[in-house]
Amino acid sequence: METSEIVWEIKKDSIRKMIQSGKRSDGRALDEYRKMEFLENYVPKAQGSCLVKLGDTQVLVGIKMDVGEPYADSPDRGNLSTSCELVPLASPDFSAGPPDEESIETARVVDRGIRESKMIDFEKLCITEGEKVWTVLVDIHVLDHDGNLIDAASIAGVKALLNAYLPKLEDDKLIYKERGDKLPVREKPVSSTFASIGGKNLLDPSYEEEMVMDSKFIIVTTEDGKICAIQKSGSGPHKREDIEGMVETAIRRGKEVRKQF
Amino acid sequence: MGGAKTDLELIKNGKRIDGRKFDELRPIKIEVGVLKRADGSCFMEWGKNKVLAAVYGPRECFPKHTQNSYKAKLTYRYNMAPFSVDDRKRPGPDRRSTEISKVSREALEKVIFLEYFPRTAINVFVEVLQADAGTRCVALTAASVALADAGIPMRDVIVACAAGKVEDEIVLDLCQEEDNFGSADLPVAISPRTGQIHLMQMDGILDEEEFKKAFDMATKGCLEVHEMQKKALREKYEKIGEVYGNE
Repeated sequence: METSEIVWEIKKDSIRKMIQSGKRSDGRALDEYRKMEFLENYVPKAQGSCLVKLGDTQVLVGIKMDVGEPYADSPDRGNLSTSCELVPLASPDFSAGPPDEESIETARVVDRGIRESKMIDFEKLCITEGEKVWTVLVDIHVLDHDGNLIDAASIAGVKALLNAYLPKLEDDKLIYKERGDKLPVREKPVSSTFASIGGKNLLDPSYEEEMVMDSKFIIVTTEDGKICAIQKSGSGPHKREDIEGMVETAIRRGKEVRKQF
Repeated sequence: MGGAKTDLELIKNGKRIDGRKFDELRPIKIEVGVLKRADGSCFMEWGKNKVLAAVYGPRECFPKHTQNSYKAKLTYRYNMAPFSVDDRKRPGPDRRSTEISKVSREALEKVIFLEYFPRTAINVFVEVLQADAGTRCVALTAASVALADAGIPMRDVIVACAAGKVEDEIVLDLCQEEDNFGSADLPVAISPRTGQIHLMQMDGILDEEEFKKAFDMATKGCLEVHEMQKKALREKYEKIGEVYGNE
């Protein structure tokens, strides 16, 4: 057991007691999101990018486009690949090396939201059926970890995809310096993360809250108010009525957040 | 979800492609104590899925720095055999199996009395020998039985089952074709005693009403499978009873 875990074990009681009385240490209401800031086109060398600041959490997503072979079961559609790096400068808990469970889960949940909402029109990313298609590479780079990485990464990813374009393709050669068409997108999935602490469900948990939570519940919604991805993460069980309540909140919040897009 | 187009008629005359009703499970067989060396084990056939689960422990925890002074360390390894699917799966853990292992371990963490065995490890290993949709649910259901077989104290024997959407219908326990060409999949694990949800994932598209309906259906499916878990566990001990006398 690491020293930091013992410290959290000691802090746990006081933080949880506070939340029981409906208060959060940063003064937010239980269903209040932190302030969100976007810096679009932060890395112009990428084909799309966005730096999102969610409170003190900072996540940068860059999109690169490549040409590759389609999968056998989708010969007329482009591909999507999402990766996440929890780089060691973002938190004392992160270390360099191959992706661990947390980074794999983050990448896969963000990927699921983008893929299942049918945000990208993959049929338009086919160059030659069965031979050549565009591959969309979404790379999540976490820069500062103050909780709720999945929502921050998801919104940065969606924003980056919305402003992404294809590089120029000339005689099988990719010219990254020249802009081609815009990436064909048609949906804006929004991810909402709740932390469950002693039976209370808090929207947009901070790092401190994540350290003492029982479990986390992530819901991604589409523009017409449907659910396109769910992930329960963490060991604490949920009551059915709590899950239904979170789904309702996520759908409502999705609509509000999309106005900022 | 695959969401790919297909010429297959997934639903015909109110029946599904494999002839099942909308709320009908695939045939399930559970065997307890099938491995000699493991402390607890379970073999499960669920439709065309064949899954083997083994439990070792509580035993010494290695490497030592991963020990926890307050409770046992639980590990869960979901692994697919290379020959379990149509195209050969490259052996070893990939991103999908890492995620499944994580959420499945978390589903069990609050069920087992880990606090009874500080500084030890309890290791759950699941091998998918043949896969036909819904393997994470089969794996977790089998792992639960194997844990009970190992005599590890638990608050409940948890159980998992999925529901989903195929064409316009909400259906229970998707088979491979439905998983490939259906439009949503919702795996759920519950503790039957408390009704609480220990695992939930979803991909595909569902509106709020459809989600509630699928949630209901998956929960009912879980309860049905739970009866089979209990029966299988009882059967094993009845057999032991016959050998040693039933007094």
